[in-house]
Amino acid sequence: MLEILERVTAGFGPAGQEENIRELIKTEIEDYVDELKVDNMGNLIAIKKGNGEGQKIMLAAHMDEIGIMVTHIDDDGFLRFTTVGGVNPKHLINRNFVFEDGTVGTVGVEKLDSYKDLKLDKLFLDIGAADKEKAKEVVGIGDVAVYQKKFNNNGQRVISNSLDDRAGCAVLISLLKEMDDSINDIYAVFTVQEEVGTRGAGPAAFGIEPDLALAVDVTGTGDTPEAHTMDVKLGKGAAIKVMDRGSIAHPGIKNMLAELAEENEISYQYEVLEFGATDARAIQLSRGGVPSGTLSIPTRYIHSPSEMLDMEDLKDCKDLLVNFVKCENLAKVYKK
Amino acid sequence: MLLEKLINATGISSREKEIRDLIREEIKDNVDEIYTDKMGNLIACKGKEKDGQKVMLAAHMDEVGLMITEITSDGLLKFQSVGGIDKRVLVSKPVLVGEDKMAGVIGAKAIHLQKKSERDKPIDFDNLYIDIGVNSKKEAEKYVELGDVAVFSSEYEELGNGRVIGKAFDDRVGCSIIAELTEYDFDMPVYYVFTVQEEVGLRGAGVAAFDIAPDIALVLEGTTAADVPENKEHRYSTSVGKGPALTLMDRTVIADKNILTGLIEVAEDNGIDYQFRRTDVGGNDAGAISLSREGVPSAVISLPCRYIHSPLSLIDLDDYSKMSRLVKLYLERLARKGI
Repeated sequence: MLEILERVTAGFGPAGQEENIRELIKTEIEDYVDELKVDNMGNLIAIKKGNGEGQKIMLAAHMDEIGIMVTHIDDDGFLRFTTVGGVNPKHLINRNFVFEDGTVGTVGVEKLDSYKDLKLDKLFLDIGAADKEKAKEVVGIGDVAVYQKKFNNNGQRVISNSLDDRAGCAVLISLLKEMDDSINDIYAVFTVQEEVGTRGAGPAAFGIEPDLALAVDVTGTGDTPEAHTMDVKLGKGAAIKVMDRGSIAHPGIKNMLAELAEENEISYQYEVLEFGATDARAIQLSRGGVPSGTLSIPTRYIHSPSEMLDMEDLKDCKDLLVNFVKCENLAKVYKK
Repeated sequence: MLLEKLINATGISSREKEIRDLIREEIKDNVDEIYTDKMGNLIACKGKEKDGQKVMLAAHMDEVGLMITEITSDGLLKFQSVGGIDKRVLVSKPVLVGEDKMAGVIGAKAIHLQKKSERDKPIDFDNLYIDIGVNSKKEAEKYVELGDVAVFSSEYEELGNGRVIGKAFDDRVGCSIIAELTEYDFDMPVYYVFTVQEEVGLRGAGVAAFDIAPDIALVLEGTTAADVPENKEHRYSTSVGKGPALTLMDRTVIADKNILTGLIEVAEDNGIDYQFRRTDVGGNDAGAISLSREGVPSAVISLPCRYIHSPLSLIDLDDYSKMSRLVKLYLERLARKGI
């Protein structure tokens, strides 16, 4: 799974511009699924049919990542930009960004009297262009860049850009590759535009009409020095979401995940996230409502260019998900 | 001119009837079908039976305004805003209250009675009221009920140089352009949709889109222009007089890339000035339409307006005709070669 993770974190795919990463994921999975399609929103939907006696399960991991969008090019060739998704201006100074064509720029800042004045409009991207004309040969208004890609691995833990949510994508890809037959229909959806407000998953769910759904996404941890209190730790296993700002996990799904983890001796922890949301928010409200939950991958420094996860946690998530989609009595999750 | 009529008519979110009636009257003979849905959206269509992609054109009829929430014992009317209004623009402005459009003025404590700390800040909604010239609550209740709305009282006016002022260019410019487009025939099904309640959270458009189930949507809007002194160029958002503005991304939608590319090609092939909307704040009906059902590829074309959401905003009529031409030519291309 490490190799898959390294490949998918290298894909370019800011929200709204997921073509590159979608093609990359397509190549990974096309030999392992019964059907592949791309919907109106750009979601990649991979279908593995069951034997007709099970449930229709939607799994969602988002392909998109955060980035910055060029809004203005000045006479000296400096670019002003806005954020795509939750990017904190305070994290950006002297960070490198890369455009789809490989153009790299670094973020500079205007003279500041105090770091309290550090707002987005004090920042600019410098791509090394001598003037406006030179800059316009390379970039245009509306072009989007993402953190420059770098995958680091010490054998146990990974430090990389875009683990949110390429880690979830890697879990789904691994699942599709190693799954043999299941009674359930599996709709593995690689969604778009999660980072700008879980926009891809809802329309996908409308089209699929699943019986139940699980989002697979990263979550924060409370295990670093003086961290905000949160009872999730790196290396302690798959995190089963109880609640975040966007959804409360369906209790049947949450309990089923915990039962399956116990039965199969997979490490797990419960997760309550006090901010953020996942695709489960949009899916659960589709049509007449879909029982939904989230399986989370504990991750430090989310939305920075250096997110960190533990490969054991990632394996626990994948193993738990395999057991979930193979489960023969999923209907009990929501049937009274 | 339709635009002038639409600007001078009133229609705060949820009270769009006057605008709806005006537009219906104007376009009913041009279209195959016209109806009002349960939310109050006015929906017209042409070429329903034709092949090709089903297009939804949308502009919102509603404008920002005030709602009366309390009548004081002195007969003064306290209010809250309906939609986003900058409270700094309110004091001393003439307004029209209720369906009978009773004249009033927004008042506040006189300056010599204000403490220094009060003078340094814009006056809050709590300390503003509408004065309709009565002396008591009882007298006021003869004319006004709680829940009645008030609108800015201002008239469409030409300034010369092609610039005009008036209220509610956001989004009567969109309504006017779409209404005028009903005069043409396009070789595909086209839905002309005039939505309600955009200003309070894109509430009408999503319902209309669910019903219509379009293949593609174009939203026509009025948007903020900030090309004024003391603002740096990279913060202008849009500039008046430089053509219609294409949205790349705002708080509610990322424009569909294929539509955007098509619009740019049409503009460049026909020498129509255009600009990008260089801010990501704000949102509009495209946010709701694009997420309807299984998703609808959507884009937004906006007319730059200075002093938006105020009693008098300013636009350039040249921008208006360029926007109208761009949309018409894009629809022709859409009928010819799809998205």
